[in-house]
Amino acid sequence: MAKKPQIAAETRPWRDPDAQPFVRISGVTKKFGDIYAVDDVSLDIYKGELFCLLGGSGSGKSTLLRMLAGFEEPTVGSIAIDGQDMAGVPPYRRPVNMMFQSYALFPHMSVAQNVAYGLKRDGLDRTAITERVDELLSLVRLEGYGKRRPDQLSGGQRQRVALARSLARRPKLLLLDEPLGALDKKLREQTQFELVKIQETLGVTFIVVTHDQEEAMSLATRIGVMNEGRIAMIGEPQDIYEFPNSRFVAGFIGSVNLVEGVVTEDEDDHVRIRSAELGCDIYVSHGVDCAPEQILWWAIRPEKITLTREPPEGDANVTKGTVEDIAYLGDMSVYRVLLESGKRLTVTRPNLHRSDPDGITWDEQVYASWGGFSGSVLTS
Amino acid sequence: MSQSETPLRTRWYTKLFGPGAASGRALVIFAPVAWLTVFFVVPLAVVFGISLAIKEFGRPPYSDLLTVGEGGTVQLTLHLSNYLRIITDPLYVTAYLSSIRIAAISTIVALLIGYPMAYFIARARDPWRNVLLMLVILPFWTSFLLRVYALSGFMRGNGVINGLLGIFGIEPIQMMQTDFAVYVGIVYTYLPFMVLPLFTTLVKLDVSLLEASADLGAKPWQTFWSITLPLSLPGIAAGSMLVFIPAIGEFVIPSLLGGPSTLMIGRVLWDEFFSNTNWPRASAVAVAMLLIVVVPIMLMQRAQDAVVEGRTR
Amino acid sequence: MRRNWLILSLTVFGFAFLYGPILSLIIFSFNDNRLVTVWSGFSTRWYAELFADTQILDAAWLSFWIAVASASIALVLGTLCSVALVRFRRFRGRTALAGMASAPLVMPDVITGLSLLLLFVSMESLIGWPAGRGVGTIIIAHTTFCIAYITVVVRSRLSDLDLSLEEAAMDLGATPVRVFFDITLPIISPALVSGWLLAFTLSLDDLVIASFVSGPGSSTLPMVIYSKIRLGVSPDVNALATIIIAIVTVGVLAATLLQMRRSARKSS
Repeated sequence: MAKKPQIAAETRPWRDPDAQPFVRISGVTKKFGDIYAVDDVSLDIYKGELFCLLGGSGSGKSTLLRMLAGFEEPTVGSIAIDGQDMAGVPPYRRPVNMMFQSYALFPHMSVAQNVAYGLKRDGLDRTAITERVDELLSLVRLEGYGKRRPDQLSGGQRQRVALARSLARRPKLLLLDEPLGALDKKLREQTQFELVKIQETLGVTFIVVTHDQEEAMSLATRIGVMNEGRIAMIGEPQDIYEFPNSRFVAGFIGSVNLVEGVVTEDEDDHVRIRSAELGCDIYVSHGVDCAPEQILWWAIRPEKITLTREPPEGDANVTKGTVEDIAYLGDMSVYRVLLESGKRLTVTRPNLHRSDPDGITWDEQVYASWGGFSGSVLTS
Repeated sequence: MSQSETPLRTRWYTKLFGPGAASGRALVIFAPVAWLTVFFVVPLAVVFGISLAIKEFGRPPYSDLLTVGEGGTVQLTLHLSNYLRIITDPLYVTAYLSSIRIAAISTIVALLIGYPMAYFIARARDPWRNVLLMLVILPFWTSFLLRVYALSGFMRGNGVINGLLGIFGIEPIQMMQTDFAVYVGIVYTYLPFMVLPLFTTLVKLDVSLLEASADLGAKPWQTFWSITLPLSLPGIAAGSMLVFIPAIGEFVIPSLLGGPSTLMIGRVLWDEFFSNTNWPRASAVAVAMLLIVVVPIMLMQRAQDAVVEGRTR
Repeated sequence: MRRNWLILSLTVFGFAFLYGPILSLIIFSFNDNRLVTVWSGFSTRWYAELFADTQILDAAWLSFWIAVASASIALVLGTLCSVALVRFRRFRGRTALAGMASAPLVMPDVITGLSLLLLFVSMESLIGWPAGRGVGTIIIAHTTFCIAYITVVVRSRLSDLDLSLEEAAMDLGATPVRVFFDITLPIISPALVSGWLLAFTLSLDDLVIASFVSGPGSSTLPMVIYSKIRLGVSPDVNALATIIIAIVTVGVLAATLLQMRRSARKSS
C-alpha cells in the first residue's frame, strides 16, 4: 500500500489503536427478502466525528443509517452506541436523533412546536421547553420564525428547522440523511460550512449519508465509501482521494485516468510497470505489495499530469499524444489527449493567465508526464 | 441532484406492533375483520344457504336445511328448484338479459355525454375548473331518490318537457313508464360517477404530449384518436364500471320511472321478496345476480388496488 | 376552434341535463298549484305543509341519527381497516380484508339488503339477537357499507402520507400509539372528515337496504319519501328536496371555497 503522511493522532482517535469507539457496528447484514441491502459491514465511529457514508443509490448507506436510528433491525450482527447494545431498542428509546432527507417537518405544527416535539416527549416543563426552543432557533439563525408553519418557509429554512428539531434532545449521535440534498448548489455550499460549525460547537457525533462526493469531502472527518451493501473504503477525505484502495473508489471519487499494466521490476523502493495502453513504462517511487509479471491497475488524477511540447527527461512516466479536445471551464481547462494506443488521457490545467496565445491548442503533439509519487497502484 | 429514491424499509409498524405489542396490532386488524366477516361475508353465505331452501308458510318463511329426525339423525335437505326455475322461467332470463342491456346502453350513453364534459373541465382554467368540478359533484351529494323524483317530474305526461313541447304545438310524448325513462334515469343519476374518473385521467394528461403530436403533423382529431383517447382508457374503464355495476342491480330507477314491462333483476328480486314473500327464490336470484357482477367487481378491485398500492411505492 | 365549440355545447348540454330537473323541482316547490305544469303564483304553502307533517319530520330525525351513528362507527372501523391495509404490509388475511373492505362498494343494494335481513332473521332464531328489526339493524347495515367508503377515502390519504413523518416523531421519542394520535390522525383528518360526510350522506340517502332491514315503526326518510312519490306528485316532497338541496349546496360550496383558499395560500 501507498505511504501516507503521518499527522498527530490526538485529534484523530481512529489512528489511536487504544481509543474506544463511540459507535461500533460489527458484522451487520440486512436482508430484505433475498436482497442484501447491507452486507457484513463493520465500522467504528468515534466521539466528535463527522462521519460521511458515501455511496450511490442502492449502496446500502440509508439502510445502515436506519438501522442506527432503530427503524430497521439488523438481520445479522450488532450495533452498539456508547457501549450499549442497541438490539431490540425501539427508535423512541435510543440516544440518537435523525434528520430526514425530506426533513419530515410536521405540517400541522408550527416551527416552534416542531422543535419542541421531542422535548415534550421527554417531559420537560413548559418554560424549559420555551427556553430550549429559543436557544435552538437562534443556533440555526431562525429567531422569530417560531410561529410560522413549515409550508411558509423556504427550503433552506426548513432544512434548518429540521436540524434544530433533531438537535433539541441533545442526542449523543445525530444521523443526517442527505441533509443538503434538497438545496440548490449555492445554498448547499453555504450550509455545509454552517453544519460543520454547529457540529464543532456542540461536539455531537454526526453520521451523514450522502451521494454527493464533494459534500462528503468538505464535511467529513472520515468517509466510508459504500458499494453494493459493503464498505469499499474507510478513510480521511484526503486518503480517499489521493490513496484509493480500489478501482471502484478511485473511479467513484473525482475523475481519474485508469490504465492496466504489468509489473516488470518489483523492488523495495520502487516498482516499474509496463503499460501498453500508455505506451510507456510507469516508474513508481515507492514499494508496492505485488509480484513480478502481476497484472494490475494504475490510476492518476487529471491534475497530476503535466503537458509539455518538448519531451521531458527520463525514460519512464512520459507518453506522447495529440490534443483532441479542450473544454474551457473558467478556473481550469480539461484536455483530452489521444495516445497512440487509442487510449485517451484526461488532463486538467489551471488557467493562470486571462489569455495565453502561446498555450497548447487543438491537434498539437504533446508529451504527458507525471512524477513517481503521483499515481496509485491498485491491485483490485 | 435531489435523490428521490425511497429507501428499502421494513414497516416499523409491522415490527413494533409485532411480537412485543401483538395485542395492539391484532386489535387494529381484528375489529374491521370481525365486523366485515359477520355482517358482509356471512350474510352472503346465508343467502346462498337459503337459496337452497323452499318457501314455506311460517316464520321465517322458508324450509329448514337441517332437520333433526328421530333418534338424533340430522337430515340435510337442499332444493335446487329455485335455480331450475330461474333458468327455465322466461321471466327471469328476460330480466337478466334486459338488465345487462339497459346497464350497458346507459353506460355507453353516459360515456358519450360524460367524456366531453370531463374533457372540457380538465382543460378549463383554474377557478373555472374548480367551479365546474363542484357542479359535477354537487348532485352526487344530494339525495339520489329525490333526483330520480325530480327527473320524473320533468318527464311525466304533464311535466316540464311536455309543457315546453306544448308551447311549440307538439303533442305530449309518453316518456314515463318506458325503457327510455329508465335509460335517462340511469344516465342522469350516475353521470357524476362517469365524469369524475374521466376527469382525473384527463387532467393528468400532459399537454406537451398533445403539442408534440400536433408538432409532428397530426390533425386535432388524429391527436385525440391516437393520444388522448388511449391515455384516458383507465378513466373510461373506471367510469364505465362505476356506472355499469350499480346499474345492473338498480331497483329505484326502474320502479319509479319504468313501466310494468321494464324488467330488471333488482326489481324482480324486490318483488319476489316483498310481494311474493318467496325468500328462497329471492336468494337464488341474488346469487345468480352476483355471478354477473362478480367479474366486473374483481376487475374494479384489481384496478383500485393498483391505484392505491402504486402510490405507496 | 370549431371543435372547442362542439365540446363547449356538449358540456353545456351535460350540465343542463344534470341541473334542469333539479331547478324545475325547486321552482315548482314555490308553486301555489298542485299541478306541476300550471304556475298559479308564488307560495310557500308546501313548506308549511311539510313542517306540519309529523311523519316526514319524524323520519327525517330518525334518518339523521341513524346516519350520525353509522358514519361514526364506520369511521372508527374504516380507519382501523385502512391502517391495517396500508401500514401492516404482511399479515395473514390481508388480501381477504382488502376484498371485504372494497366489495361492499360495488355490491348491489338489493343483495346487501336481502343478505343482511336473512342474517338477522337467522341470528334471531339461533341466538335470539337481534330481537326484531329496527333502528339497530339499520345502523349495522349502514355501518357495513359505510366502512367500505371510508376505507377508500382514508386508505388513499394514508398511503400518500410520508412515512418519514411518523418515523421522525418516533425518533423524537414518541411511542407508536402516541405517533398515531399526534401525527397520523391530525394529518389525515381532512380525509376523516370527508369520509365521515360521505358515509353520512350515503346513509341518509339509502332506501333499498333500509327497506329490507327496518322493522315496524322505523321508517327512514327515504322510505317515507318513496312511498309518497310512488303515489304521484306531492309538492311537499318538492319543498323537502329544495331544503335538502339548499343545505347540501351551502355545505359543498363552503368546502370548495375552503379548499380553494387553502390551495391558493399554499401556492402563494
